[in-house]
Amino acid sequence: MPIGFTEIQETIRMVEMEHLDIRTVTMGGISLQDCADHDFEKVKENVYQKITSYAKDLQKTANQVATEYGVPIINKRVAISPAAELLGRATKQQAIELAKTLDKAAQSLNVDFIGGFSALVHKGISNGDQVLLDALPEALSQTERVCASISVATTRTGINMDAVAQLGTIIHQTAVLTKDNNSIGCAKLVVFCNPVEDNPFMAGAFHGAGGRRSCSECRCQWTWCCS
Amino acid sequence: MQRRAVVSVVGKDQIGIISNVTTVLSDNKMNILDISQTILQDFFTMIMLIDIKDPSNLEKLQNKFKPVEDELGLKINIQLEDVFQAMHRV
Repeated sequence: MPIGFTEIQETIRMVEMEHLDIRTVTMGGISLQDCADHDFEKVKENVYQKITSYAKDLQKTANQVATEYGVPIINKRVAISPAAELLGRATKQQAIELAKTLDKAAQSLNVDFIGGFSALVHKGISNGDQVLLDALPEALSQTERVCASISVATTRTGINMDAVAQLGTIIHQTAVLTKDNNSIGCAKLVVFCNPVEDNPFMAGAFHGAGGRRSCSECRCQWTWCCS
Repeated sequence: MQRRAVVSVVGKDQIGIISNVTTVLSDNKMNILDISQTILQDFFTMIMLIDIKDPSNLEKLQNKFKPVEDELGLKINIQLEDVFQAMHRV
């Protein structure tokens, strides 16, 4: 059925007068699991290279789509797999450096936010998770575009009260460290219960964990795993 | 593959709107498939369906409309037809 004159006018009115727009395009599926290395400098380099090469056309493509369809796209964002997976042997200072690396990647890609400075601790806090938790207040206050999230509970596992107790302090510290800027650090942190895997919504976006991976990333022996 | 785009022109009614807009299209070898227009209380609205070969030309075309927009005080938009299909058809 052909599109009518009034229908076209309606759409144009929505964009021009009522400011209809696409709030954001978030690129996910950037797994950082293969960026691991014993040298942390190398890890940072790998992370930076992987994000900036995978998402290098995000800005350009989103702008091109916005132009072609005449509907503005306001934000462009990137979601990565939970960063705690890379921090198993790292120190708090290194975790903060990793957050800064993510921030640098976001700035060089000119994306608005990068999500995935995250840890899933509902089943227990691993070394990497603890390092990330310790680093959170400083990481969030010393970066501009990095978003963090922590999963503290699921229906199946119950609530990790140790993590909840820590997060009370972390949120307070983050608020204090960014007190001169409306405590903006806390706006970039989400504490989850029952997070959806491959969640694209900031500030709680993270990708890849628990979901299907491509065979080349998985390297398991099982035929049923990632086919 | 044929791609179609919708050009919409909105502004105060005056002499030369259609001529200026269609000149830009013909200079860029764009074929007009359909035109419809209304004038509501001095407010001119024209919608044209055009045939485009390559969607990446849309940005260039939008820039070529800039002088016409500035000269006649019009608002000219070009959008791929698909967006209207997506908005109004299930």
